[in-house]
Amino acid sequence: MLSKTQIAQRIAQELQSGWYVNLGIGIPTLVANYIPEGIEVEFQSENGILGMGPFPFEGEEDADLINAGKQTITALPGAVYFDSATSFAMIRGQHVQLTVLGAMEVSENGDIANWKIPGKMVKGMGGAMDLVASAENIIVAMMHTNKKGESKLLKNCSLPLTGVGCVKKVVTNLAVLEVVPEGGFKLLERAPGVSVEEIQNATEGKLIIEGEIPEMRF
Amino acid sequence: MNKVVKNVEEACKDITSGVTIMLGGFGLCGIPENSIAELVKKNITDLTCISNNAGVDDFGLGLLLKKHQIKKMISSYVGENDEFERQMLSGELEVDLIPQGSLAERCRAGGAGIPAFFTPAGFGTEVAEGKEVREFNGKPHILESALTADFAIVKAWKGDTAGNLIFKATAKNFNPMMAMAGKITIAEVEELVEVGELDPNQIHTPGIFVQRIFQGVDYEKRIEQRTVRVK
Repeated sequence: MLSKTQIAQRIAQELQSGWYVNLGIGIPTLVANYIPEGIEVEFQSENGILGMGPFPFEGEEDADLINAGKQTITALPGAVYFDSATSFAMIRGQHVQLTVLGAMEVSENGDIANWKIPGKMVKGMGGAMDLVASAENIIVAMMHTNKKGESKLLKNCSLPLTGVGCVKKVVTNLAVLEVVPEGGFKLLERAPGVSVEEIQNATEGKLIIEGEIPEMRF
Repeated sequence: MNKVVKNVEEACKDITSGVTIMLGGFGLCGIPENSIAELVKKNITDLTCISNNAGVDDFGLGLLLKKHQIKKMISSYVGENDEFERQMLSGELEVDLIPQGSLAERCRAGGAGIPAFFTPAGFGTEVAEGKEVREFNGKPHILESALTADFAIVKAWKGDTAGNLIFKATAKNFNPMMAMAGKITIAEVEELVEVGELDPNQIHTPGIFVQRIFQGVDYEKRIEQRTVRVK
Protein backbone atom coordinates (compact mmCIF):
# COMPACT_ATOMS: atom_id res chain seq x y z
CA MET A 1 0.00 0.00 0.00
CA LEU A 2 1.33 3.46 -0.89
CA SER A 3 1.83 6.35 1.49
CA LYS A 4 0.58 9.78 0.45
CA THR A 5 4.13 10.69 -0.53
CA GLN A 6 4.38 7.61 -2.74
CA ILE A 7 1.09 8.49 -4.45
CA ALA A 8 2.66 11.84 -5.32
CA GLN A 9 5.84 10.09 -6.44
CA ARG A 10 3.88 7.81 -8.77
CA ILE A 11 1.97 10.74 -10.28
CA ALA A 12 5.24 12.57 -10.87
CA GLN A 13 6.16 9.78 -13.31
CA GLU A 14 3.37 11.05 -15.56
CA LEU A 15 5.02 14.46 -16.02
CA GLN A 16 6.33 15.33 -19.47
CA SER A 17 8.82 18.00 -20.45
CA GLY A 18 7.27 21.26 -21.57
CA TRP A 19 4.11 20.84 -19.55
CA TYR A 20 2.52 23.56 -17.44
CA VAL A 21 1.01 21.84 -14.42
CA ASN A 22 -1.53 22.89 -11.80
CA LEU A 23 -1.31 21.04 -8.49
CA GLY A 24 -4.20 21.06 -6.02
CA ILE A 25 -3.97 21.24 -2.25
CA GLY A 26 -2.85 18.18 -0.23
CA ILE A 27 -1.24 15.14 -1.88
CA PRO A 28 -1.02 16.89 -5.30
CA THR A 29 1.25 19.61 -3.86
CA LEU A 30 3.81 16.91 -3.01
CA VAL A 31 4.18 15.97 -6.70
CA ALA A 32 6.53 18.94 -7.14
CA ASN A 33 9.08 17.19 -4.91
CA TYR A 34 9.50 14.22 -7.28
CA ILE A 35 10.01 15.62 -10.77
CA PRO A 36 11.91 12.88 -12.63
CA GLU A 37 15.48 13.52 -13.74
CA GLY A 38 15.65 15.39 -17.04
CA ILE A 39 11.99 16.44 -17.06
CA GLU A 40 11.29 20.15 -17.21
CA VAL A 41 7.85 21.39 -16.14
CA GLU A 42 6.50 24.65 -14.79
CA PHE A 43 3.97 24.88 -11.99
CA GLN A 44 0.97 27.21 -12.15
CA SER A 45 -0.89 28.22 -9.03
CA GLU A 46 -4.30 29.70 -9.73
CA ASN A 47 -3.92 32.59 -7.30
CA GLY A 48 -1.54 34.08 -9.84
CA ILE A 49 1.92 32.63 -10.41
CA LEU A 50 3.68 30.58 -13.06
CA GLY A 51 7.13 29.31 -12.18
CA MET A 52 6.42 28.47 -8.57
CA GLY A 53 9.47 27.38 -6.61
CA PRO A 54 9.97 25.52 -3.31
CA PHE A 55 9.04 26.80 0.14
CA PRO A 56 11.24 29.69 1.32
CA PHE A 57 14.01 29.32 3.88
CA GLU A 58 13.03 30.39 7.35
CA GLY A 59 13.15 34.16 7.66
CA GLU A 60 12.71 34.67 3.92
CA GLU A 61 8.92 34.28 3.81
CA ASP A 62 7.04 36.96 1.91
CA ALA A 63 3.38 37.54 2.87
CA ASP A 64 2.73 38.70 -0.70
CA LEU A 65 3.97 35.46 -2.23
CA ILE A 66 1.78 32.44 -1.62
CA ASN A 67 0.28 29.46 -3.47
CA ALA A 68 -3.38 28.49 -3.80
CA GLY A 69 -3.15 26.67 -0.46
CA LYS A 70 -2.11 30.00 1.12
CA GLN A 71 1.35 28.59 1.86
CA THR A 72 4.41 30.79 1.56
CA ILE A 73 6.40 29.92 -1.56
CA THR A 74 9.23 31.23 -3.71
CA ALA A 75 9.39 32.19 -7.37
CA LEU A 76 11.91 30.61 -9.75
CA PRO A 77 13.86 32.61 -12.35
CA GLY A 78 11.44 33.28 -15.21
CA ALA A 79 8.42 33.27 -12.94
CA VAL A 80 5.51 35.60 -13.64
CA TYR A 81 2.66 37.00 -11.55
CA PHE A 82 -0.79 37.72 -12.95
CA ASP A 83 -4.35 38.50 -11.85
CA SER A 84 -7.07 35.91 -11.25
CA ALA A 85 -8.86 36.51 -14.56
CA THR A 86 -5.64 35.88 -16.50
CA SER A 87 -4.94 32.85 -14.35
CA PHE A 88 -8.26 31.25 -15.23
CA ALA A 89 -7.83 32.22 -18.87
CA MET A 90 -4.77 29.95 -18.78
CA ILE A 91 -6.88 27.21 -17.19
CA ARG A 92 -10.10 27.50 -19.20
CA GLY A 93 -8.17 28.20 -22.36
CA GLN A 94 -6.40 24.83 -21.97
CA HIS A 95 -2.92 26.30 -21.77
CA VAL A 96 -2.26 24.13 -18.71
CA GLN A 97 -1.43 20.55 -19.75
CA LEU A 98 -2.03 18.68 -16.50
CA THR A 99 -4.20 19.19 -13.45
CA VAL A 100 -3.70 17.06 -10.35
CA LEU A 101 -6.27 17.31 -7.60
CA GLY A 102 -7.72 15.48 -4.65
CA ALA A 103 -11.26 14.12 -4.42
CA MET A 104 -13.80 12.78 -1.96
CA GLU A 105 -15.44 10.63 -4.66
CA VAL A 106 -14.88 9.69 -8.30
CA SER A 107 -17.42 7.81 -10.39
CA GLU A 108 -16.80 5.24 -13.13
CA ASN A 109 -17.80 7.77 -15.81
CA GLY A 110 -15.24 10.31 -14.57
CA ASP A 111 -17.46 12.52 -12.40
CA ILE A 112 -15.71 14.06 -9.42
CA ALA A 113 -16.98 15.37 -6.07
CA ASN A 114 -14.62 17.29 -3.80
CA TRP A 115 -16.16 20.49 -2.48
CA LYS A 116 -19.12 19.96 -0.23
CA ILE A 117 -20.78 17.57 2.21
CA PRO A 118 -24.37 18.87 2.54
CA GLY A 119 -25.21 20.03 6.05
CA LYS A 120 -21.73 19.18 7.33
CA MET A 121 -18.84 20.68 5.47
CA VAL A 122 -19.00 23.66 3.17
CA LYS A 123 -15.65 24.96 2.12
CA GLY A 124 -16.45 25.96 -1.42
CA MET A 125 -15.14 24.83 -4.76
CA GLY A 126 -12.36 27.39 -5.11
CA GLY A 127 -10.88 26.92 -8.55
CA ALA A 128 -11.70 23.20 -8.80
CA MET A 129 -14.79 23.56 -11.00
CA ASP A 130 -12.98 25.74 -13.54
CA LEU A 131 -10.01 23.36 -13.52
CA VAL A 132 -11.98 20.15 -14.05
CA ALA A 133 -14.33 21.67 -16.63
CA SER A 134 -11.49 22.61 -18.96
CA ALA A 135 -8.41 20.50 -18.33
CA GLU A 136 -7.71 17.87 -20.97
CA ASN A 137 -5.69 15.77 -18.59
CA ILE A 138 -6.90 15.38 -15.02
CA ILE A 139 -5.32 13.01 -12.53
CA VAL A 140 -6.99 12.48 -9.17
CA ALA A 141 -4.75 11.74 -6.21
CA MET A 142 -6.59 10.19 -3.26
CA MET A 143 -6.88 7.30 -0.86
CA HIS A 144 -8.86 4.38 -2.32
CA THR A 145 -11.30 4.30 0.60
CA ASN A 146 -12.56 6.89 3.10
CA LYS A 147 -11.98 6.91 6.84
CA LYS A 148 -14.91 4.53 7.33
CA GLY A 149 -13.33 2.11 4.87
CA GLU A 150 -15.90 2.81 2.13
CA SER A 151 -14.83 2.94 -1.50
CA LYS A 152 -14.25 6.35 -3.04
CA LEU A 153 -14.32 4.88 -6.56
CA LEU A 154 -18.03 4.59 -7.16
CA LYS A 155 -20.68 3.73 -9.72
CA ASN A 156 -22.21 7.18 -9.10
CA CYS A 157 -21.01 9.97 -6.83
CA SER A 158 -23.28 10.56 -3.83
CA LEU A 159 -21.90 14.03 -2.96
CA PRO A 160 -22.54 17.25 -4.92
CA LEU A 161 -20.45 17.16 -8.08
CA THR A 162 -17.52 19.36 -8.95
CA GLY A 163 -17.47 18.28 -12.59
CA VAL A 164 -18.90 15.63 -14.91
CA GLY A 165 -17.05 13.09 -17.03
CA CYS A 166 -13.70 14.79 -16.62
CA VAL A 167 -11.35 12.54 -14.64
CA LYS A 168 -8.94 10.56 -16.85
CA LYS A 169 -6.78 8.80 -14.30
CA VAL A 170 -6.86 8.00 -10.60
CA VAL A 171 -3.81 7.19 -8.49
CA THR A 172 -4.65 5.80 -5.04
CA ASN A 173 -2.77 4.08 -2.26
CA LEU A 174 -3.77 0.78 -3.90
CA ALA A 175 -3.68 1.27 -7.65
CA VAL A 176 -3.36 3.30 -10.83
CA LEU A 177 -6.63 3.29 -12.76
CA GLU A 178 -7.75 4.79 -16.03
CA VAL A 179 -11.32 6.02 -16.46
CA VAL A 180 -12.32 4.58 -19.85
CA PRO A 181 -14.72 6.42 -22.21
CA GLU A 182 -17.33 3.62 -22.10
CA GLY A 183 -17.38 3.82 -18.29
CA GLY A 184 -15.36 1.91 -15.72
CA PHE A 185 -12.03 1.98 -13.93
CA LYS A 186 -9.44 0.07 -15.95
CA LEU A 187 -6.82 -1.29 -13.60
CA LEU A 188 -3.37 -0.37 -14.90
CA GLU A 189 -1.03 -1.01 -11.97
CA ARG A 190 -1.12 -2.41 -8.44
CA ALA A 191 0.68 -0.89 -5.46
CA PRO A 192 3.56 -3.12 -4.32
CA GLY A 193 2.21 -6.07 -2.34
CA VAL A 194 -1.46 -5.31 -3.10
CA SER A 195 -3.48 -8.01 -4.88
CA VAL A 196 -6.07 -7.51 -7.62
CA GLU A 197 -8.61 -9.01 -5.23
CA GLU A 198 -7.89 -6.35 -2.58
CA ILE A 199 -8.35 -3.63 -5.20
CA GLN A 200 -11.58 -5.25 -6.39
CA ASN A 201 -12.91 -5.36 -2.82
CA ALA A 202 -12.14 -1.68 -2.30
CA THR A 203 -13.73 -0.56 -5.58
CA GLU A 204 -17.50 -0.09 -5.72
CA GLY A 205 -17.57 1.12 -9.34
CA LYS A 206 -16.97 -1.16 -12.31
CA LEU A 207 -13.38 -2.42 -12.25
CA ILE A 208 -11.97 -3.57 -15.58
CA ILE A 209 -9.19 -6.15 -15.30
CA GLU A 210 -7.43 -7.23 -18.47
CA GLY A 211 -4.56 -9.74 -18.33
CA GLU A 212 -1.73 -9.56 -15.83
CA ILE A 213 -1.69 -6.37 -13.80
CA PRO A 214 1.87 -5.19 -13.15
CA GLU A 215 3.12 -3.72 -9.88
CA MET A 216 4.05 -0.04 -9.81
CA ARG A 217 7.75 0.68 -10.16
CA PHE A 218 9.58 3.45 -8.37
CA MET B 1 -6.36 64.20 -11.88
CA ASN B 2 -5.88 64.04 -8.14
CA LYS B 3 -7.74 61.17 -6.44
CA VAL B 4 -6.01 61.37 -3.10
CA VAL B 5 -8.08 61.38 0.07
CA LYS B 6 -6.62 62.13 3.46
CA ASN B 7 -7.15 58.80 5.16
CA VAL B 8 -9.29 55.69 5.44
CA GLU B 9 -12.13 57.55 7.22
CA GLU B 10 -12.50 59.92 4.31
CA ALA B 11 -12.16 57.13 1.75
CA CYS B 12 -14.97 55.13 3.35
CA LYS B 13 -17.14 58.08 4.46
CA ASP B 14 -20.19 57.26 2.30
CA ILE B 15 -20.17 53.49 2.72
CA THR B 16 -23.44 52.76 4.48
CA SER B 17 -25.41 49.76 5.67
CA GLY B 18 -26.93 47.61 2.93
CA VAL B 19 -24.41 48.32 0.19
CA THR B 20 -22.54 45.82 -1.97
CA ILE B 21 -18.74 45.86 -1.62
CA MET B 22 -16.08 44.02 -3.57
CA LEU B 23 -12.87 43.38 -1.64
CA GLY B 24 -9.65 42.28 -3.29
CA GLY B 25 -7.37 39.60 -1.93
CA PHE B 26 -6.75 35.86 -1.97
CA GLY B 27 -6.83 34.42 1.51
CA LEU B 28 -5.17 37.16 3.56
CA CYS B 29 -2.83 38.06 0.71
CA GLY B 30 -3.50 41.46 -0.82
CA ILE B 31 -6.53 42.35 1.31
CA PRO B 32 -7.37 46.00 2.06
CA GLU B 33 -6.56 45.78 5.78
CA ASN B 34 -7.08 49.46 6.60
CA SER B 35 -10.50 49.65 4.97
CA ILE B 36 -11.74 46.43 6.55
CA ALA B 37 -10.76 47.81 9.97
CA GLU B 38 -12.67 51.00 9.14
CA LEU B 39 -15.81 49.08 8.11
CA VAL B 40 -15.67 47.23 11.42
CA LYS B 41 -15.35 50.55 13.25
CA LYS B 42 -18.23 52.14 11.33
CA ASN B 43 -20.55 49.38 12.60
CA ILE B 44 -22.53 49.32 9.35
CA THR B 45 -24.56 46.18 8.72
CA ASP B 46 -26.43 44.20 6.05
CA LEU B 47 -23.44 44.28 3.75
CA THR B 48 -23.14 42.13 0.68
CA CYS B 49 -19.46 41.29 0.28
CA ILE B 50 -17.92 39.93 -2.88
CA SER B 51 -14.52 38.45 -2.08
CA ASN B 52 -12.78 35.23 -3.06
CA ASN B 53 -12.42 34.22 0.59
CA ALA B 54 -13.88 35.29 3.89
CA GLY B 55 -10.74 35.82 5.92
CA VAL B 56 -9.93 33.82 9.04
CA ASP B 57 -11.77 33.97 12.36
CA ASP B 58 -9.83 36.95 13.71
CA PHE B 59 -8.51 38.73 10.63
CA GLY B 60 -9.66 40.02 7.27
CA LEU B 61 -13.37 39.71 6.56
CA GLY B 62 -13.62 37.40 9.55
CA LEU B 63 -13.68 40.58 11.66
CA LEU B 64 -16.86 41.77 9.92
CA LEU B 65 -18.42 38.31 10.11
CA LYS B 66 -17.83 38.05 13.83
CA LYS B 67 -19.82 41.24 14.37
CA HIS B 68 -22.61 40.02 12.06
CA GLN B 69 -22.12 42.98 9.72
CA ILE B 70 -22.33 40.82 6.61
CA LYS B 71 -25.71 39.71 5.30
CA LYS B 72 -24.49 37.96 2.21
CA MET B 73 -21.14 36.65 0.98
CA ILE B 74 -20.27 35.91 -2.62
CA SER B 75 -17.07 33.82 -2.60
CA SER B 76 -15.39 30.75 -4.04
CA TYR B 77 -13.69 29.27 -0.99
CA VAL B 78 -14.39 29.87 2.68
CA GLY B 79 -12.66 26.87 4.25
CA GLU B 80 -10.39 28.80 6.60
CA ASN B 81 -13.13 30.43 8.63
CA ASP B 82 -15.01 28.35 11.24
CA GLU B 83 -17.34 31.19 12.16
CA PHE B 84 -18.29 31.54 8.51
CA GLU B 85 -19.10 27.84 8.23
CA ARG B 86 -21.17 28.04 11.41
CA GLN B 87 -23.16 31.08 10.25
CA MET B 88 -23.68 29.51 6.85
CA LEU B 89 -24.86 26.11 8.09
CA SER B 90 -27.18 27.76 10.64
CA GLY B 91 -28.69 29.98 7.94
CA GLU B 92 -27.67 33.30 9.57
CA LEU B 93 -25.54 34.16 6.58
CA GLU B 94 -26.63 34.09 2.97
CA VAL B 95 -23.89 32.58 0.83
CA ASP B 96 -23.38 32.33 -2.90
CA LEU B 97 -20.43 30.07 -3.69
CA ILE B 98 -19.16 30.38 -7.23
CA PRO B 99 -16.21 28.85 -9.07
CA GLN B 100 -13.10 30.99 -8.66
CA GLY B 101 -12.54 31.51 -12.37
CA SER B 102 -16.18 32.46 -12.87
CA LEU B 103 -15.92 34.92 -9.97
CA ALA B 104 -12.85 36.56 -11.50
CA GLU B 105 -14.40 36.71 -14.95
CA ARG B 106 -17.75 38.00 -13.62
CA CYS B 107 -15.93 40.91 -11.98
CA ARG B 108 -13.85 41.52 -15.09
CA ALA B 109 -17.00 41.42 -17.24
CA GLY B 110 -18.78 43.80 -14.87
CA GLY B 111 -15.99 46.32 -15.27
CA ALA B 112 -15.65 45.75 -19.00
CA GLY B 113 -19.29 46.24 -20.00
CA ILE B 114 -19.91 42.58 -20.83
CA PRO B 115 -23.28 41.68 -19.25
CA ALA B 116 -22.81 37.89 -19.32
CA PHE B 117 -20.68 35.10 -20.78
CA PHE B 118 -20.69 31.34 -21.25
CA THR B 119 -18.23 29.16 -19.34
CA PRO B 120 -17.80 25.38 -19.03
CA ALA B 121 -17.12 25.67 -15.28
CA GLY B 122 -19.89 24.23 -13.16
CA PHE B 123 -21.83 22.47 -15.90
CA GLY B 124 -23.64 19.43 -14.46
CA THR B 125 -23.24 20.70 -10.89
CA GLU B 126 -25.52 22.66 -8.56
CA VAL B 127 -23.79 25.85 -9.73
CA ALA B 128 -25.59 25.39 -13.08
CA GLU B 129 -29.08 25.19 -11.54
CA GLY B 130 -31.43 27.71 -13.16
CA LYS B 131 -28.80 28.90 -15.63
CA GLU B 132 -29.04 28.77 -19.40
CA VAL B 133 -26.98 25.98 -20.97
CA ARG B 134 -25.70 26.24 -24.51
CA GLU B 135 -23.40 24.03 -26.52
CA PHE B 136 -20.31 25.48 -28.22
CA ASN B 137 -17.90 23.24 -30.15
CA GLY B 138 -19.80 20.21 -28.90
CA LYS B 139 -19.34 21.10 -25.25
CA PRO B 140 -22.00 22.40 -22.83
CA HIS B 141 -21.47 25.80 -21.21
CA ILE B 142 -23.49 27.77 -18.66
CA LEU B 143 -24.42 31.43 -18.77
CA GLU B 144 -22.88 33.53 -16.00
CA SER B 145 -23.75 37.18 -15.44
CA ALA B 146 -21.44 40.09 -14.71
CA LEU B 147 -20.89 41.42 -11.20
CA THR B 148 -20.59 45.05 -10.19
CA ALA B 149 -20.60 46.70 -6.76
CA ASP B 150 -21.44 50.02 -5.11
CA PHE B 151 -17.87 50.07 -3.83
CA ALA B 152 -14.75 48.11 -4.73
CA ILE B 153 -11.91 48.25 -2.23
CA VAL B 154 -8.49 47.17 -3.41
CA LYS B 155 -5.02 47.03 -1.96
CA ALA B 156 -1.95 47.86 -4.05
CA TRP B 157 1.78 47.96 -3.40
CA LYS B 158 2.34 51.33 -5.05
CA GLY B 159 -0.03 53.92 -6.39
CA ASP B 160 0.23 57.49 -7.63
CA THR B 161 -2.00 60.48 -6.96
CA ALA B 162 -3.89 59.79 -10.22
CA GLY B 163 -4.88 56.32 -8.98
CA ASN B 164 -2.52 54.29 -11.16
CA LEU B 165 -1.68 51.07 -9.33
CA ILE B 166 1.06 48.46 -9.16
CA PHE B 167 0.56 45.24 -7.24
CA LYS B 168 3.21 43.01 -5.73
CA ALA B 169 3.63 39.30 -6.49
CA THR B 170 0.55 37.18 -5.78
CA ALA B 171 -1.09 40.03 -3.84
CA LYS B 172 -2.43 41.08 -7.25
CA ASN B 173 -5.06 38.29 -7.51
CA PHE B 174 -8.61 39.73 -7.62
CA ASN B 175 -7.62 43.37 -7.07
CA PRO B 176 -7.34 44.48 -10.73
CA MET B 177 -10.73 43.07 -11.80
CA MET B 178 -12.52 44.38 -8.74
CA ALA B 179 -11.01 47.82 -9.28
CA MET B 180 -12.72 47.78 -12.69
CA ALA B 181 -16.10 46.66 -11.38
CA GLY B 182 -16.74 49.16 -8.57
CA LYS B 183 -19.00 52.17 -9.10
CA ILE B 184 -16.67 53.81 -6.62
CA THR B 185 -13.28 52.17 -6.33
CA ILE B 186 -11.12 52.88 -3.31
CA ALA B 187 -7.45 51.95 -3.42
CA GLU B 188 -5.28 51.74 -0.32
CA VAL B 189 -1.57 51.54 -1.03
CA GLU B 190 1.61 50.77 0.84
CA GLU B 191 3.39 53.58 -0.96
CA LEU B 192 1.68 56.63 -2.43
CA VAL B 193 3.80 58.63 -4.89
CA GLU B 194 3.42 61.68 -7.11
CA VAL B 195 2.34 61.28 -10.74
CA GLY B 196 5.32 60.68 -12.97
CA GLU B 197 7.13 58.57 -10.42
CA LEU B 198 5.69 55.27 -11.64
CA ASP B 199 6.87 53.88 -14.97
CA PRO B 200 3.80 53.85 -17.28
CA ASN B 201 5.07 50.53 -18.71
CA GLN B 202 4.74 48.88 -15.33
CA ILE B 203 1.29 50.00 -14.21
CA HIS B 204 -1.20 47.15 -13.70
CA THR B 205 -4.41 49.11 -13.04
CA PRO B 206 -4.88 52.39 -14.90
CA GLY B 207 -6.15 55.21 -12.69
CA ILE B 208 -9.35 55.54 -14.72
CA PHE B 209 -10.72 52.64 -12.65
CA VAL B 210 -9.89 54.28 -9.32
CA GLN B 211 -11.89 57.10 -7.71
CA ARG B 212 -10.11 57.44 -4.37
CA ILE B 213 -6.64 56.55 -3.22
CA PHE B 214 -4.95 56.86 0.15
CA GLN B 215 -1.68 56.01 1.87
CA GLY B 216 -2.35 52.98 4.06
CA VAL B 217 -0.77 52.55 7.48
CA ASP B 218 0.42 49.79 9.82
CA TYR B 219 0.12 46.82 7.49
CA GLU B 220 0.19 43.56 9.41
CA LYS B 221 0.25 41.33 6.30
CA ARG B 222 -0.54 38.24 8.25
CA ILE B 223 0.64 34.93 6.78
CA GLU B 224 -1.99 32.21 6.82
CA GLN B 225 0.18 29.13 6.23
CA ARG B 226 3.81 29.80 7.03
CA THR B 227 5.72 27.03 5.28
CA VAL B 228 9.51 26.95 5.17
CA ARG B 229 12.33 24.56 4.36
CA VAL B 230 15.54 24.10 6.28
CA LYS B 231 18.82 25.45 5.00
